[in-house]
Amino acid sequence: MKLRTFFAALVFALPLWAVEPNEMLADPALEARAREVSKALRCVVCQNETIDESHAEIAGDMRKMVRARITAGDSNEQILNYMLASYGDFVLLRPRFTGATLLLWLGPPLLLLLGLFAVRRRLRTHAAGPAPLTSEERAALAVLEKDKA
Amino acid sequence: MAKRWPYLVPLAVIAILFAIFGKRLVDVEQGFNPAMIPSVLNGKPMPEFDLPGLPGRTNDRGFKTADLKGQVSLVNVWGSWCVGCLQEHPNLVKLTQGSGIPVHGIAWRDKPEASLAWLRKQGDPYTLVGQDPDSRTAIALGITGAPETFLVDPYGRIVFKWANQITPEVWQKEFLPRIAQLRK
Repeated sequence: MKLRTFFAALVFALPLWAVEPNEMLADPALEARAREVSKALRCVVCQNETIDESHAEIAGDMRKMVRARITAGDSNEQILNYMLASYGDFVLLRPRFTGATLLLWLGPPLLLLLGLFAVRRRLRTHAAGPAPLTSEERAALAVLEKDKA
Repeated sequence: MAKRWPYLVPLAVIAILFAIFGKRLVDVEQGFNPAMIPSVLNGKPMPEFDLPGLPGRTNDRGFKTADLKGQVSLVNVWGSWCVGCLQEHPNLVKLTQGSGIPVHGIAWRDKPEASLAWLRKQGDPYTLVGQDPDSRTAIALGITGAPETFLVDPYGRIVFKWANQITPEVWQKEFLPRIAQLRK
C-alpha cells in the first residue's frame, strides 16, 4: 500500500526547476517572460539542458542576465539575439534556419524520404512476383522432375 | 550470381566511423577541447566591457575594451577556483615573457581577494586585470569554461579563441603563426 502511494506521488511529482526564489522578478508577467526566454536557451556547459533547468553556475548567471535585460526593457527577441551573438547557434534550443543549420533541419526529413522510397521500391518488386524461369532453368527443372518420378 | 557488394556496405560504414572517431581521439590528444562551442566571435570586435581592477594589485585600474587598441594582445579568462588555470599558469608566464605581447587577465566568477592571493602565489603575468564576478562579460565573450584565451589584433578585433589550456605545443602551433601574421 505504501509502495502504491509512493508511485502515485511520483506521477503527480512536479519537475524541479533550477530557478532560485531570489532570482525571480517581482512582476509575474516579466518573470513569465524570463522563464520563456530561459527555456529557449541552452546551458552552454551541459548536455541538452535549458538554462531554466540547469544548476550549472554559468546557467545561473545567464538566467540573471536574462532577467536583468528584461528589467532593462529588452524584448525576448533582443535577448535571444544577444546570446546568439556571443555563443552562436548552439545556445538556441531551436536553432534558426540558416545555411549552417540546413543539414540539421533538413537531414531528418530527407532520411525519412529516402527510407520511404526504399520501402516503396521493395514493395513494388515483391508485388510483381518472382521473375519467370529462363529456358535453361526450365530445362534443368524438367530433368529434376524426371529424376523424381 | 548473387550480388556480393551490398555485404561490404556495413564494413565500409564501420571503417568510416573508425576514421572519424580516430581523428577526434588524436585531436583531443593534441589539445582539442571536445566540449568547445565553435566561437562565433572570430574576426568580430571585442564586446564592450569596463571591468573594475583588483584592489591591492600594483596596477588596479581595471581593464576595458578600449585598452586593447594599438597592439596585438592576449586576453586570458581565469579564476582562482579553476584547476586548469593552475596547470596553465606556468606556461602562460613563461611563454608570454619577452614575447612583447601584453597579456590581460579577466578574473571570472571570483572574489577579488582570492584572485589577488592566487596571483601573488602563482606569479602575475598580466598587464591589466579586471574582475567579472557575475559573468556579464564572460557571457558577452561566449565563455563556457576556464581557462580561455583570446588573441586580439591592434584594432581590438578577436582573431581567435583558444578554449583550453595553453601548452608549449599549442603556443607554437596555434598562437605564434597567427601572431607572426598580425605583425607582418
